[in-house]
Amino acid sequence: MNDVSTYAEQLTDQDHLNLYRHLTVVRTFEEKIREYHHKKSPVTELPHLSTGQEAVSVGSCYGLRPDDVIIPSLRTRGAFLMRGVSPKVSMAGMFGKATGLTKGRNTSHHAGSMALNIVPGSGVVGSHLPLGAGVALAAKTLKKDFVTLVYFGDGASNRGDFHEALNFAAVLKLPVIFICENNQWALSNPVTQHMLIKNVAERAASYGMPGYTIDGNDVLEVYNCTMKAVEAARRGDGPSLIECKTYRWHAHSERDPRDMRTKEEIESWKQKCPIKRYEAFLIGKSVSQAVLAAIQADVAKEIDEAVVFSETSPYPQVDEMYKNVYFEGE
Amino acid sequence: MTFKEAVKEAILFEMRKDPTVILIGEDIGQYGGIFQITSGMLDEFGAGRVIDTPISELAIVGAGIGSALYGCKPIVEIMFADFLTIVMDQIVNNAAKMNYSYDENIRLPLVIRMAYGAGTRSGMHHCQNLEGWFADVPGLKVVIPSDAYTAKGLLAAAIRDPNPVLFFEHKLLYATRCETPEEDYTLPLGKARVVEEGTDLTIVSWGIMVRKARQAAIELKKQGISVEIIDLCSVVPFDKETIINSVKKTSRLLIVHEAHASGGFGGEISATVAEEAIGYLDAPIKRIGAPFIPVPFSPVLEDQYIPNEKDIVKGALEMLSVNTN
Repeated sequence: MNDVSTYAEQLTDQDHLNLYRHLTVVRTFEEKIREYHHKKSPVTELPHLSTGQEAVSVGSCYGLRPDDVIIPSLRTRGAFLMRGVSPKVSMAGMFGKATGLTKGRNTSHHAGSMALNIVPGSGVVGSHLPLGAGVALAAKTLKKDFVTLVYFGDGASNRGDFHEALNFAAVLKLPVIFICENNQWALSNPVTQHMLIKNVAERAASYGMPGYTIDGNDVLEVYNCTMKAVEAARRGDGPSLIECKTYRWHAHSERDPRDMRTKEEIESWKQKCPIKRYEAFLIGKSVSQAVLAAIQADVAKEIDEAVVFSETSPYPQVDEMYKNVYFEGE
Repeated sequence: MTFKEAVKEAILFEMRKDPTVILIGEDIGQYGGIFQITSGMLDEFGAGRVIDTPISELAIVGAGIGSALYGCKPIVEIMFADFLTIVMDQIVNNAAKMNYSYDENIRLPLVIRMAYGAGTRSGMHHCQNLEGWFADVPGLKVVIPSDAYTAKGLLAAAIRDPNPVLFFEHKLLYATRCETPEEDYTLPLGKARVVEEGTDLTIVSWGIMVRKARQAAIELKKQGISVEIIDLCSVVPFDKETIINSVKKTSRLLIVHEAHASGGFGGEISATVAEEAIGYLDAPIKRIGAPFIPVPFSPVLEDQYIPNEKDIVKGALEMLSVNTN
């Protein structure tokens, strides 16, 4: 889908600055964590960075309503931040501090929040896809019009959970959007080694649902395609699969013994940086460099504050680990 | 009423009372479920609440978890407990740990019902007793009724419980009858029931084996032996107090389950009593369970595999012949 007209054209100047700020927050957060991890002190939660993939989270979450539900993936830091988890809370979660979302019970990238409509993903790649069908089933059963977005990578699309969840959602016509971040690589194998088709979205055909392959480094295209799928789901037209072609700039994790990718390949994708491209678009819309620089400076300050907050926050009390095993209360 | 009618009544009562209770499973709609537990429910409640699914256990359990997080009270039917092997990840890593991964204490009112147990000549993939596996998973409740009365009351409690509950129904209990109130009632999850009072020996059991223990107790009574029988009702939560109190009285503990003796939940009970009440024992603790082999198919083999009344009587007599005084 290359048509960015409908939804993106309705975005205001302020929307565009908001999107730019969101992209910058995610990038700055991830790069700060990387720097901290390698230059200052290892971060307790092993970083799995989303640098290079920011437009997927930001573009897909931007048009959601507060009652819409997301189920993040391993590399969707931006989805948490977009839904209202502050950089402070997100980062403190990585540090294992009491001020993180789950007060140290779970890592930040598999944490959930009922108030923010974030369902915890799983440490098992792809296991959360069936949950997305389930949340959407609740919407349909209770006749509510919220939609559910489930994020996962190209690797997860080879799991049985992917097949079962998509088929289940399709036959029951559930309001759920499956968002695949195809960043070209599983841990050490290129996507071409794991599937013989060109696009993950082609798999949608076998479930009788629409499948879109889009430029995941174009925040407006991600926004537009997601909105189209979201509105269809809200209308009762059922699920969609959106494949966002993107690339992770860094290794699988910050403890990878080796990165299998060539410097040339990484460099070629850096040329397609989602933020640089959006900057060029904004400047084309007569946004000044000074405005963008001011946003960057403001974001840098916010992320620096998150670091201080994470460092100075207390660790949880030991009794915290005995909480939330079972429901407590009436 | 029969066990089957009791399960059905508990579901019907909750569904009529609470519109958020839904059913998800394979062949549960027009067909009425492999054991006909849900027959008629599609007509009464419609396809929006009685959801026939593809053969996709991962999606079925995942859908149960997701819908439970957002306002439904799903009762998921997994056709045979053996198929839990497929959904270990959904149950162990998602359902059980969901609350722990949230920023606040949350409800996950999910019930997973399934038929279990040997004796139907259905072979090794339709007859297993897997309840012990889940006793090591914090976040779950594991419930096993022994008759119609406990089936109705425990299932009603399970559906109203805000935690994920695995509910095991023995296939050979479906047709059994016992006195069961017509009206609605619940039995507390995690509370064992003393179903026979006695003084010489405590038998702890659950599911269909409680029935066999009671038959064995009749035989033992003829021989002048007074047996106390505890129906555990749930392996999680585990009501150790009731067991320890009984052992303090009888000084002998026999654990009977259909699962393999080796690795079964009887081992946990045995260890607990050894740790907390060994001084009260007049004989070594004994476990009766299936041999450590798959459930065999041929009637001659399967009947030999399943622990029966005679095994229980024999085990009890062996224990009572031991005199440590």
